[in-house]
Amino acid sequence: MDWAFMQRVIPMYAAAVILTLQLVIVGIVLATITGLAISVIRYKKIFLLSPLSAAYVQLFRNTPLLVQLFFLYFGLPKLGIHISSEACAIIGLTLLGGSYMAEAFRAGLNSISPSQIESAQALGFSPIQTLRYIVIPQALAVSIPPLCANVIFLIKETSVFSVVALADLIYVAKDLIGLYYKTDEALLLLVAAYLIILLPISLAAAVLERRIRYAGFGNSRTL
Amino acid sequence: MQDLGIRVLFDGENGVRLLLGLVVTLKLSIITIIASCLLGTLMGLLMTLRNPIIHIVTRVYLEFIRIMPQLVLLFVTYFGLTRAVGINLSGFTAAVIVFILWGTAEMGDLVRSAFISIPKDQYESGTALGFSKLQLYRFIILPQALRQIIPPAMNLATRMIMTTSLVVLIGVVEMLKTGQQIIEANRYTAPSAALWIYGTIFFLYFFSCWPLTILAQHLEKKWEK
Repeated sequence: MDWAFMQRVIPMYAAAVILTLQLVIVGIVLATITGLAISVIRYKKIFLLSPLSAAYVQLFRNTPLLVQLFFLYFGLPKLGIHISSEACAIIGLTLLGGSYMAEAFRAGLNSISPSQIESAQALGFSPIQTLRYIVIPQALAVSIPPLCANVIFLIKETSVFSVVALADLIYVAKDLIGLYYKTDEALLLLVAAYLIILLPISLAAAVLERRIRYAGFGNSRTL
Repeated sequence: MQDLGIRVLFDGENGVRLLLGLVVTLKLSIITIIASCLLGTLMGLLMTLRNPIIHIVTRVYLEFIRIMPQLVLLFVTYFGLTRAVGINLSGFTAAVIVFILWGTAEMGDLVRSAFISIPKDQYESGTALGFSKLQLYRFIILPQALRQIIPPAMNLATRMIMTTSLVVLIGVVEMLKTGQQIIEANRYTAPSAALWIYGTIFFLYFFSCWPLTILAQHLEKKWEK
């Protein structure tokens, strides 16, 4: 191991980590908004939009991000639609993530029994109030474990961003291997960088899930 | 312009070549899915044993494989392992190794959680009714466990099929690589080929995974009770 070399290239990895995190944060926020909108559309069975949303979820849950990115980055310019690398990455992550998030929210919404909503109506809650005070708090408790899993999944998926010419971690590692033949060092730093990103998030998700499990305790659904 | 692009798909052997690329993708998927199911079952059963050493080893293995992006594992195996051990792995072999390691970990976790979710009284009632150990598993435990394992295992299989798209980045000539070759070869005669080729690949992946997803959803609903 060439430690001096590793010290020298650490800033390159740090820059790649920051780029990845920036794209991931924007992507996940947009994906969550998309997912929430889609799941509410499907829950409310809105005319025409509901089947379209279902088709969108199936389409993007059953295709790899890599192929989606190839299509966005290399295919769409042929139609005259030019998208920058960063925009491509964010659009890809949003479309993919939106479909996964929608399924997570849907599981939560579907877990609420109709009697809850009927009771709220009987108590004079407006539809918005029902959603705000009855449906969403309960649905969120069920949705949080899959949501956390999706966040980790989406961060892992960002490893393909180098194909749209973004200097992400894989790009840096491949570059160093190609330029200096420092394979072991480059790969070690690659693994370390992903551990630094993912380990805290994964631990936080585990803690959060444990809390939620206590929140759900006593719920008839868990019996 | 557009009609020139779509013609590339039917020109010469382009369509057939793309489908042959799909065959490579599916071959890789099927080999690794079958191996992962077998090894994953074994690992899942190991994980239900109450041996502290086995517990720690399997846990660390599972968490590490899970937390690493599959592409990183592919890079480490393809570029790192070959140097460390001094053997020459083809991209395809490296991919098979990585996908089996990953699939085994994920499958192991599914099998483990299915077995521990079966209430203890199921075992006790079976024993009380005079079932032998073999009969107990054959008639009581396995049928219940399988219903819990099969739908998520099918979802894992679709995830594995989708993830095989990454192997293009370690130089395996599969569907995406074939598509790139066709696009390059027709750069001047059909400049819009990329749109059609990548669009086609998109739908080929979709139609490889979608039926499995639908079947998994159907089985899940059917066995929900």
